[in-house]
Amino acid sequence: MADLDYVAPASVAGAIEALAGGGAKVLAGGTDLLVQMRAGRVKPQRIVDLKRIPGLIGVRQENGGFVIGASTSGAELGEHAALIHAWPGVVEAVQLIGSTQVQGRASIGGNLCNASPAADSVPALVAARAICVVVGGQGRRELPVEAVVTAPGATVLAPDEFLLEIRLPPRAARASDAYLRQIPRTEMDIAVVGAGVSLTLDAAGVCSEAHVALGAVAPTVLLVEAAGAALIGTTLDDAALDALAQAAEAACRPISDKRGTAEYRTRIAGVLARRAAAIAYRRASERT
Amino acid sequence: MSKIHISATVNGDPVEFLTEAGVTLLDALRDELALTGSKEGCGSGDCGACSVILDGRLTCSCLILAAEAQGRRIETIEGMARGGELHPLQQKFLDHAALQCGFCTPGLLIAAKALLDANPDPTETETRYWLAGNLCRCTGYDKVIRAVMDAAAELRQVRAA
Ligand SMILES: Cc1cc2nc3c(=O)[nH]c(=O)nc-3n(C[C@H](O)[C@H](O)[C@H](O)COP(=O)(O)OP(=O)(O)OC[C@H]3O[C@@H](n4cnc5c(N)ncnc54)[C@H](O)[C@@H]3O)c2cc1C
Ligand code: FES
Ligand code: FES
Repeated sequence: MADLDYVAPASVAGAIEALAGGGAKVLAGGTDLLVQMRAGRVKPQRIVDLKRIPGLIGVRQENGGFVIGASTSGAELGEHAALIHAWPGVVEAVQLIGSTQVQGRASIGGNLCNASPAADSVPALVAARAICVVVGGQGRRELPVEAVVTAPGATVLAPDEFLLEIRLPPRAARASDAYLRQIPRTEMDIAVVGAGVSLTLDAAGVCSEAHVALGAVAPTVLLVEAAGAALIGTTLDDAALDALAQAAEAACRPISDKRGTAEYRTRIAGVLARRAAAIAYRRASERT
Repeated sequence: MSKIHISATVNGDPVEFLTEAGVTLLDALRDELALTGSKEGCGSGDCGACSVILDGRLTCSCLILAAEAQGRRIETIEGMARGGELHPLQQKFLDHAALQCGFCTPGLLIAAKALLDANPDPTETETRYWLAGNLCRCTGYDKVIRAVMDAAAELRQVRAA
C-alpha cells in the first residue's frame, strides 16, 4: 500500500477537491472497500473519508419525506422510529446487511455505490422511488436510484462525484413497503434473489400505486413496472398476485452460480415478490 | 510516505500513535499500542475476532483504518476487566467453559458486552443473531450462548440490587 494517502475533509467542497486529481476512492464504512483493497482488487492512491462532512451521517425529515445522509450506517437507520414507521421495507433491507459488527459501519450509500447486483438495500430503495443527490465538480444533480448503477461494479458517478444523500418521498396515509431476500444460510450470506415492494392503498383498501424491484436476477437491480401495474386497482387477491409473480419472473435475466441456478432464481423471484407484496399490503392496511 | 499522527481514547485513556494511510485499526492496536487481545481471524469482516466498540458501536477493527480513529473512543478487550476483577461475562465464560483455543473469545466478549450494554434482557434468539458475526471453530456456540444468558441474568440482578 505504498503511496496511499488518507484525507477526511470536513466539507463537501473539500471532498470534491480531494477527489479531483483522480485515482481516489471514497470511503464510508469500508466494509466493501477495505475488503477489496486487501484482496488487491482496487488500488486507490487516495482515500477520501466522507464521514466528517456534516450531514453525511444522519436522517432528517423534510417536506414530509426523509433525507438520509449517504454514509449513515444500518445500525443508525434501525434506531430511527419515524423512518421505520414510514419505510419499514427500506430499513429491514439495510438491516439485513452483514453481522452486528458490519451493521455498525455499512452505509446505505456504500451499499448502492459498490454496485453489486445483490446489494440488499437497493431493491427496497428502487421500489420506494428514492432519489439520489450527487455532488461533484460540475455541481449537483438528482437521479433516481436505479439510474446510479450501470453494471456490476460500475456507476454513473464521475471520478470527482459522490453521493451526498438519498431522499425518500412523502408517504400517503395508507402506504407501506417490504423487502425479502432468499439466502442459502440463515444469516451472513449474499442474496440469491431480493424483492422490494412499495404500495399505496385508497380508503377502501384498493391499491392505487405499486412499485416492485428485484435484486440479484440481472446485472443491475430491476424496476419491474409490469409487476407493480398488476397490483393497481386490486386488493391483492390471488389473481393479482399471480399476475405480479408472472411479471416478476418474466423480467429476470439471472446467472447460475454456486448459490443458485438461473431457473431457481427466476422461480424464487416470483415467490418473493408475491410474499413481499402481501407483507407491504398488510402493513399499509394496519398503518395508523 | 508521510506518517499520520492520531490522538484517540482507548479504554478510557488518551493515546497517541503514528500510522500510515492503509493501516487498519486492528494492526495499529496490536502493533503500535501493544494491545494484542483483538485478533485477526480473516481480515474481511467475516469472523469477528477483531471486534471493538468504536464510539459506542460494535465494529470489526480489521475493516477500519487507523487514520479514522482520530478523536474517537475505542473499547477493546483489554478494558473489560476492572483491575484484577473480571467482567461478569468473562467470569461466566470460564464457569461455562465457553472457550477452548480462545482465539475467538476476545471478540465474542466484546460483542456480548455491546449486546448487554444495549439490551440487558435479550432473548436467546436475539443473542444468537447478535453474535452471528463471531465465528468459533471449537465450542459449537452453545456454551457461549449459555454463558452470555447467565451473565445477562447476573447483571440484571446486580442492577436491581
Ligand atoms: C461480512 C460481510 C457481510 C456482508 N453482507 C452483506 C449483505 O448481506 N448484503 C449486502 O448487500 N451487502 C453485504 N456486505 C457488503 C457491504 O457491507 C455493503 O455493501 C455495505 O453497505 C457497504 O457500505 P460501506 O459504507 O461499508 O461502503 P464502503 O466500503 O465504504 O464503500 C463501498 C463502495 O462504494 C463507494 N462509496 C461509498 N460511499 C459513497 C458515496 N457516498 N458516494 C460515492 N461512492 C461511495 C466506495 O468508494 C466503494 O467503492 C457484507 C460485507 C461484509 C464484510
Ligand atoms: S479479523 Fe476482522 S472480522 Fe475477521
Ligand atoms: S474457542 Fe477456539 S475458535 Fe472459539
